[in-house]
Formats: sequence, structure tokens, C-alpha cells
Amino acid sequence: MKVLVAVKRVVDYNVRIRVKSDGSGVDTDNVVMSMNPFDENGLEEALRMKQAGIATEVIAVSVGGEKSQDTLRSALAMGADRAILIKADEAPEPLGIAKLLAKIVEQEDPQVAILGKQAIDDDSNQTGQMLAALLDWPQGTFASNAEFDGDAINLTRETDAGLETIKINLPAVITTDLRLNDPRLPKLPDIMKAKKKPIDIVEASSFGIDLSPRLEVVGVAAPAEREPGIIVADAAELVEKLKEAGAL
Amino acid sequence: MSILVIAEHDNASLNASTLSTLAAAAQIGGDVTVLVAGHNAGAVVTEAQAASGVSKVLVADDAALADGLAENISALVVEIASNFSHVLTAASNFGKNFMPRVAAKLDMMQVSDIVEVVTADTFVRPIYAGNALMTVKSKDSVKLITVRSTAFDAVAETGGSASTEELAFGEAFAGTSFVSRDVTVSERPELATARIVVSGGRGVGSKEQFTIIDDLAEKLGAAVGASRAAVDSGYAPNDCQVGQTGKVVAPDIYFAIGISGAIQHQAGMRESKIIVAINKDDEAPIFQIADYGIVADLFDVVPELMAKL
Ligand SMILES: Cc1cc2nc3c(=O)[nH]c(=O)nc-3n(C[C@@H](O)[C@H](O)[C@H](O)COP(=O)(O)OP(=O)(O)OC[C@H]3O[C@@H](n4cnc5c(N)ncnc54)[C@H](O)[C@@H]3O)c2cc1C
Ligand SMILES: Cc1cc2nc3c(=O)[nH]c(=O)nc-3n(C[C@H](O)[C@H](O)[C@H](O)COP(=O)(O)OP(=O)(O)OC[C@H]3O[C@@H](n4cnc5c(N)ncnc54)[C@H](O)[C@@H]3O)c2cc1C
Repeated sequence: MKVLVAVKRVVDYNVRIRVKSDGSGVDTDNVVMSMNPFDENGLEEALRMKQAGIATEVIAVSVGGEKSQDTLRSALAMGADRAILIKADEAPEPLGIAKLLAKIVEQEDPQVAILGKQAIDDDSNQTGQMLAALLDWPQGTFASNAEFDGDAINLTRETDAGLETIKINLPAVITTDLRLNDPRLPKLPDIMKAKKKPIDIVEASSFGIDLSPRLEVVGVAAPAEREPGIIVADAAELVEKLKEAGAL
Repeated sequence: MSILVIAEHDNASLNASTLSTLAAAAQIGGDVTVLVAGHNAGAVVTEAQAASGVSKVLVADDAALADGLAENISALVVEIASNFSHVLTAASNFGKNFMPRVAAKLDMMQVSDIVEVVTADTFVRPIYAGNALMTVKSKDSVKLITVRSTAFDAVAETGGSASTEELAFGEAFAGTSFVSRDVTVSERPELATARIVVSGGRGVGSKEQFTIIDDLAEKLGAAVGASRAAVDSGYAPNDCQVGQTGKVVAPDIYFAIGISGAIQHQAGMRESKIIVAINKDDEAPIFQIADYGIVADLFDVVPELMAKL
């Protein structure tokens, strides 16, 4: 079976982002970009499925500008067989991304689509669930373990109360939690080999989907700074301060 | 305006997150209906009827709704959503799981994790782990919203006397079934709503040594939290994780012990009223947001602190 993995190019998690002074957004010029960490987990899971003989081909897909090819190259270096870039100048909303991914699913006919549970830039946590809805597929979200069992997956999910296991029949959408696996680091020969692997480029506009935004961004602001605190000498002083503040 | 709030519950009691979601609904303003979708959840219905500001409780009872499966709950919500101007639920794992599925089926966009209601169609939500706040206006005919519980003070549990109405559930989604649940049992208060949270990080060193965190929490009547590094290392269960990908908390006092204070951790606790940091590295980023810091070995400070309490 084929496995489709969505990979998003995002501002690296180590970067301390800055809000633009005109309040129009976040400054992403000249900052380090990398693959959304959750998508590395998604790709790793797909590669393990291939190693285990469950998957035959791993296809990485990204929606974004020309530069998203870098992210796809990283995916190919990790071990994806081929990649598809859906070119869009304005990043569509999760609904638009899900619609585009659904089109690729129609074309490629994978049995599993793996997405991150959230992208660390917009933190929407929507795209995977939306893709599952559009395809009318089962969804296994926030996965920390996935066991294949014939035509189904026993999927363990992280919940607010602990863990939960559900059984989802294929074809299905999985969204990853960080504890699903430890993504591999590509080795130099793999990076070289990845340069020769194909990236198909298709225009988002070629699918005839309405990608116009439903949400209007009114503005982006920095959060209020916290008042600077103090260093106290020891536990005794801490307890005193907390009592003074009326907290204890 | 007419607002539908989807209740979060375990068939036995209403989750406190629903009371905060009701507070967001009250700020939007309008008639508020609560949907209790579950199985044998009579006690939850009674609680929802009593919650302040609720005028009607819709009750859908079916075995297929017992375990919060997104496929089934979303199908039910899709049926009735167009009767409302807003559909709200908590931005918990429960709400995050089913609401985007509702949105896609309705061909609408969800507004995730709101922390402020500006007007009935404009909301503020954190992006980039809370390092930026985006104000968005929804143009969809039904506003589909998940609400960050810590940003809204819960409505009163009593005072309401809502009527009830039964809602039929159609057919269960064939491709998904519930298998089992492994709920962390703790005598400590609920992490999401506790007045005091004591969190331990990688600095605590091992699962055995993590009892120092449990002991302090017990002494303070506090909930136990953890950094991702502590959860990944097996010191604490996953539901204790505080941060961008864990829970968001905003207690009166948050103790960060042996936690460096990465942006992703701060995302889950920076709205706490008082932050206390105990760390032996005076350059740890946690001190930049702490109200009170102690630069010392946690294995010296915590026992001293216990003795003073
Ligand atoms: C008009 C407009 C203005 C916008 N303005 C801003 C802005 O100012 N600042 C800002 O930060 N964002 C803005 N966006 C949002 C847009 O850039 C988001 O990237 C998009 O909405 C997806 O949200 P998300 O990544 O949080 O999705 P999530 O649902 O959190 O993503 C989950 C998973 O979905 C998959 N996925 C998501 N996006 C892609 C993708 N492009 N390619 C491949 N896989 C993907 C990945 O597997 C990812 O792990 C704007 C959007 C519009 C339409
Ligand atoms: C996509 C993504 C999402 C993430 N989401 C989260 C999240 O939700 N929550 C989260 O917490 N993290 C999250 N992280 C991880 C985050 O980046 C940090 O790696 C993590 O928070 C570090 O945990 P820590 O502070 O316990 O460990 P460390 O950074 O290793 O810090 C340990 C601290 O303990 C101190 N210490 C050691 N020994 C002692 C002692 N004896 N006494 C006192 N102090 C001592 C050290 O000085 C150090 O400051 C995420 C990362 C990514 C990439």
C-alpha cells in the first residue's frame, strides 16, 4: 500500500519569533525554517511501515511556495520515495490544505495519510481531522502508537486523561504526537541520493478548488510581557513572599 | 444569536472545561443550548441543566456516543449546527478531535483555541506557542470555535434550570471502534483546574526521584505537572505534560522545578498568576518569566520548602 505523508515548512522550533511592528503578521524573513516536528514523526512512521513490509511507497506532500521544496528534499533524504509540491503563494487555511490533500489522495489512492497533530506555527490542529472528514475516512488523532492488524490499525491516542486505544479500518488518517517515534537523522549519502529523487510540482489553482480564506486576519500582536521577578535566597524567603502576596 | 455548546464529559460528570466554554458563550451573548452526547449520562444532563446561563439541554443517548468518538459526535453536530449562529466546545483533546471534522463537513473554517471574544465574529487566538496573538474574523455563517478554558472564568455550576429535549442519533460510523482506555488515576486535583501546580522537569533525574514532586504537591494540595522531557523520560504520565503540545494551565501558583523553561513549555504555563522557578542554572530561561526564583539544587530546596509549609 501507498502511504501519503503531509509535511509543512515552518519556522524552526528554536527560533524566537518576532511580531511585525505593523501588526500584519510574524516576521519570517531570514529565520531558520525546518520541517514541522510532528511531520518528521509522521514520515518516520511511514518509513517504518515500509521497513516492516506494510507500505510499498512513501509519498511526501507539501503545500506552499517554491521554498517548500527544501522541506520535501529533507523528506526525501529521510527516505520518502517521491514528493509532490502543491504550489500556492498564499498559504491556504487548514480547510483549503485538506481539500488539496484530498485531491492528491484521489490521484494516488494511498491507504493511510499521516499528518502532524498540529503545525507549530499556526497551532491550528485541524488539517488531519478535516482531511478525514472530506474523505469520510476514520481518524486516529494524536497517535503515540500504531499497530497494524490486517485491514485495521490499533491506534493508541494521547488524551487529557491518559491513553486510549481505538481500532480504525483502512483507509484512514493518522495524526501524530511527538511520542509516536524518534525520527531518524538523514545520513550524508541519503542527502546526496535525495537530490536525484523526483519532486512533482502542481499548481494549487489547477485543482479548481475555492481556496479563498474564510477567516480574515485582523491583526497580529505580541503578548503582554510579564513583570520581571526576583531571585530569593532560600525556601524560607520564598514562603514569606508567597504569604505576602496572599497566595499561600 | 443562538449558541450551541458541546459538553465534554465522561458520562458521569461534566468536565469543568464546559463551564469555561459557557463563559465564552456568555461573552458572545445570546441563547445558549448545551448538547450532551453520551450514553447513560443522566448525571451530566442534570449538571448541564443547572449550569448558569443555559436555556436548553439537548440529550443524545446512544452506545455509539459513549466514548467520545469524533466520527459519531461530529455526525450528530453536523445535523444541527445550521440551527445556530455559533458552535463552541473546549480546546481540549476531546474538542480538538471532533470539531475540525464538523467544520470540514460543513465546508467551514474552525477558529481554534480562542482566548478572547472581541465581537460575535472576531476572536483572538495564540499562534507560535503563544508568542503571538492573532485576531481573526470569521466569515462563515456558523462560527465554529474551540475555547481555551484557562482564558475564561467558569460560569457558576448552579442557578440554571434549563429544559431538556431528546435528539435522535443516526447510524454509528462503521470504520472506527473504541477498544480501551488507560486513565491515569491520581489523588491529586485535576491539572487543568488546580489552584496550585507543581511541575518537575528533566532536572528531577528519574522516575523514583520524581516522588519529591509528588510529595510537595501533596503538601500543597496541588496538581502534578511535568515538562515534555520528564514525560518522554518516563518520570510522569503523558497527561501531566504542560506546554504547546500538552495542557495549558493558569493556576494561582506554578512551581517549575528542574525545568529549563523552553518556549514550548512556557506556552502552557505563562499565564499563571505567580510562577516560582527552582533551578541550579541561573541562566535558565524560566527565570525570565518567574516571579520568584531560587538558584539552587532542587534536592536541597524542596525538602526545606516542605519543612516550612
Ligand atoms: C489570508 C490568510 C492569511 C494568513 N495569515 C497568516 C499569518 O499572518 N500568520 C500565520 O502564521 N499564518 C497565516 N495564515 C495561515 C496559514 O499560513 C496556515 O499555515 C494554515 O492555515 C495551516 O494551519 P496549521 O499549519 O496551523 O494547520 P494544522 O492543522 O495545525 O497542521 C497540522 C498538519 O497538517 C499538515 N499541513 C498543514 N499545512 C500544511 C502544508 N502547507 N503542507 C503540507 N502539510 C500541511 C501537516 O502535516 C501538519 O503537521 C494565513 C492564512 C490565510 C488564508
Ligand atoms: C514541537 C515541539 C513541541 C514541544 N512541546 C513541549 C511541551 O508541550 N511541553 C514541554 O515541556 N516541552 C515541549 N517541548 C520540548 C521543549 O523544547 C524542551 O525540550 C523541554 O521543555 C525541556 O524539558 P526540561 O526543561 O525538563 O529539560 P531541560 O531543558 O533539560 O532542563 C532541565 C533543567 O533542570 C535543571 N536542573 C538539573 N538538575 C537540577 C537540580 N538538581 N536542581 C535544580 N535544577 C536542576 C537544569 O539546569 C535545566 O535547566 C516541545 C518541543 C518541540 C520541538
